[in-house]
Amino acid sequence: MVELTLPRNSEIKKGKIWPKPVGVKKFKVFKIYRFDPESGQNPSWDTYTIDTAQCGPMVLDALIYIKNEIDPTLSFRRSCREGVCGSCSMNIGGRNTIACTKGHDEFQGPITISPLPHMPVVKDLVADLTNFYAQHRYVQPYLKTTTPEPQKEWKQSEGDRKKLDGLYECIMCASCSTACPSYWWNGDKFLGPAALLQAYRWIIDSRDEATGERLDDLEDPFKLYRCHTIMNCAQVCPKGLNPAKAIAEIKKLMVERVT
Amino acid sequence: MAQSGWTDKRPMSPHVQVWRWHTTMLGSILHRATGVANYLGLILLAGWLFAAASGPEAYSAFERVASSIPGSVVLFGFTVSILYHAMSGARHLVWDMGHGFNPKLASLLGGLMILLAAVGAGAIWIAAGLAPVSLEAMGG
Repeated sequence: MVELTLPRNSEIKKGKIWPKPVGVKKFKVFKIYRFDPESGQNPSWDTYTIDTAQCGPMVLDALIYIKNEIDPTLSFRRSCREGVCGSCSMNIGGRNTIACTKGHDEFQGPITISPLPHMPVVKDLVADLTNFYAQHRYVQPYLKTTTPEPQKEWKQSEGDRKKLDGLYECIMCASCSTACPSYWWNGDKFLGPAALLQAYRWIIDSRDEATGERLDDLEDPFKLYRCHTIMNCAQVCPKGLNPAKAIAEIKKLMVERVT
Repeated sequence: MAQSGWTDKRPMSPHVQVWRWHTTMLGSILHRATGVANYLGLILLAGWLFAAASGPEAYSAFERVASSIPGSVVLFGFTVSILYHAMSGARHLVWDMGHGFNPKLASLLGGLMILLAAVGAGAIWIAAGLAPVSLEAMGG
């Protein structure tokens, strides 16, 4: 449902302004979304000013610096720190991306950091991705076959394998789905760009034998067709993938199979 | 606004409040907005036909309103709206065929379409002699 304003318990108050480091020439200001589930308070924007010479070049480096040196209560997810795991996805400067591959020098002025949009917040920058994972599970992202298993492996031509490029690389960071206004308003029924890209990855896999069932399952006013080609998904994907195109290809297949 | 949708005790993270818009996102909402505007514009068009069918008095009354400054602004907006919606609709057809999904190119085209709708509407009004400037004054 379209609701442009935040619910009352989600309105963001002015938060703490942490002291500026003294005697530093090059510094960067971070305005960070804070929410403590134990406080009973609304979320707030805390402001941190850090000496960029003291930390690495990426936004994630700055967050780790803040947690280690200024405020240990700051919560965020991170793991690989090199764009492989997809854990540190968040909204940075108004766009979703992964903090580990986004340089803080790419921004002029203060950098605003908030959790992935329109999601329940567990704490600070940690959003609850339960629904997102359930949608991924729903598209059955694995090989489905009916013919007896071959002696060695399921074979695929080079050309058929190439069709999976630009699809298999998804790291499930949820940047695309939580960037999508259709997902914001109908995230309970619309599967969202990430799950649909994954669905398409299996639909066009030459080895998969459940193509018809997979398409049948998406033939629904909400699951697939809530995509209105707004393209926020493709604009923000930190891996440069294009869920909007994958969704369009599924829509094409829906038409092709009845004509 | 009613908080009907959100029953979670936990806060909802900010969305439009923090989002930095892409041209494609603006283009998408404009497609919807111009769709609604065209619908309303068609009512005006029907009103015009109705006035024409009702006789000279009704027609001149309609014309007075339509050629007033507020009336002209509305009609010019309708022209922009039709042009944008038509171009955007054509683009949706191209998208439906699986083309035009490069984000940078899509943004560029989206921006161009908005510009073209405004410039095109201006050109139509000048050509139709409806604009305050005439073709003769522009040396055309």
